[in-house]
Amino acid sequence: MSKKEGQIRIPSGCAIAAVISREGRRMSGEKIVEAMKPMHARSNGLGGGFAAYGIYPQYRDFYAFHLFFDNRDARKDCERYLKENFEIVQAEVIPTRNLPQITNVPMIWRYFLSPFASVLVRENIREEDLVSRTVMTINEGMDGAYVFSSGKNMGAFKAVGYPEDVGAFYKLEEYQGYSWTAHGRYPTNTPGWWGGAHPFTLLDYSIVHNGEISSYDANRRFLEMFGYRCSLQTDTEVIAYMMDYLLRVQKLSLEDAAAVAAAPFWSTIENNPDPKERQRLTYLRTVFPSLLITGPFSIVLGFNGGLMALNDRLKLRSMVTGEKDDLVFIASEEAAIRVMEPEAENIHAPAGGQAVIVKVKEGAY
Amino acid sequence: MGIDYIYPEFEVIRNESRCVTCQVCQRQCANEVHRYDPDLGRMLSDETKCVGCHRCVSLCPTHALKIVKNDCAFRENANWQTGAIKEIYKQASSGGVLLSSMGSPAPLSVYWDKLLLNASQVTNPSIDPLREPMETRVYLGKKPGLVDRDDKGNLTYALEPQLELSMPVMFSAMSYGSISYNAHKSLAMAAQKLGIFYNTGEGGLHEDFYCYGGNTIVQVASGRFGVYKDYLDAGAAVEIKMGQGAKPGIGGHLPGAKIVGDVSRTRMIPEGSDAISPAPHHDIYSIEDLRQLVYSLKEATEYKKPVIVKVAAVHNIAAIASGVARSGADIIAIDGFRGGTGAAPTRIRDNVGIPIELALAAVDQRLREEGIRSQVSLVVGGSIRSASDVVKAVALGADACYIATGALLALGCHLCRTCHTGRCNWGIATQRPDLVKRLNPEVGCQRLVNLLTAWNHEIKELMGGMGINSIEALRGNRLMLRGVGLTETELRILGVAHAGE
Amino acid sequence: MKRVYVNEEWCLGCRLCEYNCAFANSGMTDMVKALKGKPIFPRVRVDGDRDIHFAVSCRHCRDPLCVKSCICGALYRKDGRVRVDRDRCVGCLTCVLVCPYGALTLSERGTVQKCELCLENACGEPACVLGCPNRAIVYEER
Repeated sequence: MSKKEGQIRIPSGCAIAAVISREGRRMSGEKIVEAMKPMHARSNGLGGGFAAYGIYPQYRDFYAFHLFFDNRDARKDCERYLKENFEIVQAEVIPTRNLPQITNVPMIWRYFLSPFASVLVRENIREEDLVSRTVMTINEGMDGAYVFSSGKNMGAFKAVGYPEDVGAFYKLEEYQGYSWTAHGRYPTNTPGWWGGAHPFTLLDYSIVHNGEISSYDANRRFLEMFGYRCSLQTDTEVIAYMMDYLLRVQKLSLEDAAAVAAAPFWSTIENNPDPKERQRLTYLRTVFPSLLITGPFSIVLGFNGGLMALNDRLKLRSMVTGEKDDLVFIASEEAAIRVMEPEAENIHAPAGGQAVIVKVKEGAY
Repeated sequence: MGIDYIYPEFEVIRNESRCVTCQVCQRQCANEVHRYDPDLGRMLSDETKCVGCHRCVSLCPTHALKIVKNDCAFRENANWQTGAIKEIYKQASSGGVLLSSMGSPAPLSVYWDKLLLNASQVTNPSIDPLREPMETRVYLGKKPGLVDRDDKGNLTYALEPQLELSMPVMFSAMSYGSISYNAHKSLAMAAQKLGIFYNTGEGGLHEDFYCYGGNTIVQVASGRFGVYKDYLDAGAAVEIKMGQGAKPGIGGHLPGAKIVGDVSRTRMIPEGSDAISPAPHHDIYSIEDLRQLVYSLKEATEYKKPVIVKVAAVHNIAAIASGVARSGADIIAIDGFRGGTGAAPTRIRDNVGIPIELALAAVDQRLREEGIRSQVSLVVGGSIRSASDVVKAVALGADACYIATGALLALGCHLCRTCHTGRCNWGIATQRPDLVKRLNPEVGCQRLVNLLTAWNHEIKELMGGMGINSIEALRGNRLMLRGVGLTETELRILGVAHAGE
Repeated sequence: MKRVYVNEEWCLGCRLCEYNCAFANSGMTDMVKALKGKPIFPRVRVDGDRDIHFAVSCRHCRDPLCVKSCICGALYRKDGRVRVDRDRCVGCLTCVLVCPYGALTLSERGTVQKCELCLENACGEPACVLGCPNRAIVYEER
């Protein structure tokens, strides 16, 4: 019997795209779904997904958990576990559209959760850590239940299928978000499991990723020291946890996190004319050697209020950016940007290791 | 003679048709195997003295010599093999403990040879080190659990002392006394040229070598030989030697005959007195005592130098390493049971300790499970023989490797394993001036530099094949390893899947 | 000009240089054939006692006494090197007497021989240097 994702490591190649409004203007998911169509050949139908920010304004203070369940018992067990630490403010089935292209559909639920203050006090734990721990516990330990989104006022939508079909399946045209990321998957070996599709998320961090990183196990084994459990064995998962660790736990800036994950070569650092910059880069590389990512990748990291695009330091994967008015576009191919905005300007291929950071105007999200 | 007589181990085969009686063999053999007979007009040999060091073979200009294993045989016996029988004879004759030099020649498991490396195909590109940057630089030392920030929340860039290595290999401890002045000088010069470190061992630091201090690890062992303030200040790091892979649980003994001149002065003990390192440190009977020595040395060096604690790989190594990590050590060096020695009791060398591969895998995993892997760097030694051994060690979880036997081989050692006689024909394990001068440090240094330069090229090639362009992304990256011919238990301990999985 | 220099500190007294020299100047391709069972006539000699020894060969003096003393013009300087024309040498040995280094010797032909840096033979560069196991003889510009 072939092994399920998580029991075996599955590398994959992919397509990514993203759009964000710097003004915090919300837009439907239609545009990003369309953008994936010209990159159809970069996926093979074994995974597609989207992350959307700003989609649950009415529940903005609650953790939006998206879960796959294999069966009713798994859901019941999981709900029982959630209720130990959280108030379930709202529980509902995520609306989907029946499509012949999307098969083997699991139960897909959405919960808006509020952690019990008593639990936080009793366990002397911060809210985010409790959420993170809950996600790890369910994904590692609960058969038939899988959390694929856990942030506030954001959500991931993913499935086995081509991304444009996945978008239609989840009725993304009915959601309004100020920032969207998308992913089409080309895993190099089957079976392609729903949980294995991108984006991969933890709290409000989401990652879509194109590439296969050769540093995977070095990164994974380092992160697992800090309670992360890489149950899916995918690159994307490890990158998502890495960003959570660097940004939330170590409180590094996005620029510093990028300088860890795609650290400049020592020779580049030494040739930097600015001594302060040399000191910063040397320090980050020395302190976080195990979080350097090698091998090809292009990622878009989504978070509340912005996104960051990053290429590996050799730029072994394509990635271009473009702009139009308040919108910023990122995609594996310019064609995808042109679909979203035929008049896109400043089309640019960022250099390897050069982080592209886009932030929404403060207060606009 | 008689009952004690053991037929010589080697046979000197001289091709008389090639020998030009130049007598180079005679002049070069400190064991006096070769002799020119003017009456016969030819060379004669006394094979009872031959140790198989191949000095004569290497220098014979007409390649007229070879040394072969003698085929004088006992009756075949799978249980009582030749070695065991001869050892009985030796002990029956001497009543003494058998001594041996260098790493164990016994057919012990070499797990490096049962681990295979990965390479990129299709889904991600391999990287050509001749065209793209390929980084092998390593920093050894404690990494902070949380980055340090000032009141305003800005990074302070404060770091515990680190050792910067241009590649993940260092020369491990060999004392001046156990090896010669010129061997030491070769190691020191090469370490400086390569941007790595060599290790004084427990012999003190010769006054001539203080200039290499920036690339020197000074060792503090149970005998405390040669340890004083200037010595600690001279090195880039201080290593506390708790044990050695070749002889865990055993101290050291350099005979008084070797404690002459500079060796005596460098060790700071009287000429002719035996240098005896006790088996334990007599101020360390437990882990909390180790902590005190670690911090004493840090105090003495003003917290400017990392402290290494070197332990032999023994059964409980994971727990020991965890204790050492929590005792304030910046770097843990683990020495596996195939590691070398200038002299060790044969029984200890061949029967005590565990393989470095298993020890490394267990320690790395344990430190990760306890969340303290970043608090220490791991250096492993005990028979690292090639660049691929280094790459496999790093993939298992090592930050760097210690090599010593490999370095001595580069200096000319032919592993005859008679270091304890003090008559090293290659000028390495000897203090006899006429023999010491056989190792020109310029030559020795160049050969060491050549060796490690070659290894570094190979490391880069192997990394590039895996699509990894920086050594830190290889460290602990066990997915890059697969086992062949290993049991479930071995694979579990190594944390590696079987080939084909 | 590159010259042969000796470093007494590293000389082991193994005398490989002598054999390599004799072979290099034998004109033969096999050392056994060249040297076996014959007296050898090397142009470099290891001098000294048990403790101190070093290889001695022609220094290629800038103002060579041997050239001045040669009665038949067999010794001459060319391109900084002191060379010998064996066809002219009459074997009077005056040069042997005057050389302060003892660098000239009698060859098997009865004429004088000396180190010519192996530039005229098949070796191309000094055989003593190439064969020295401890870099006690070097060939370099100083």
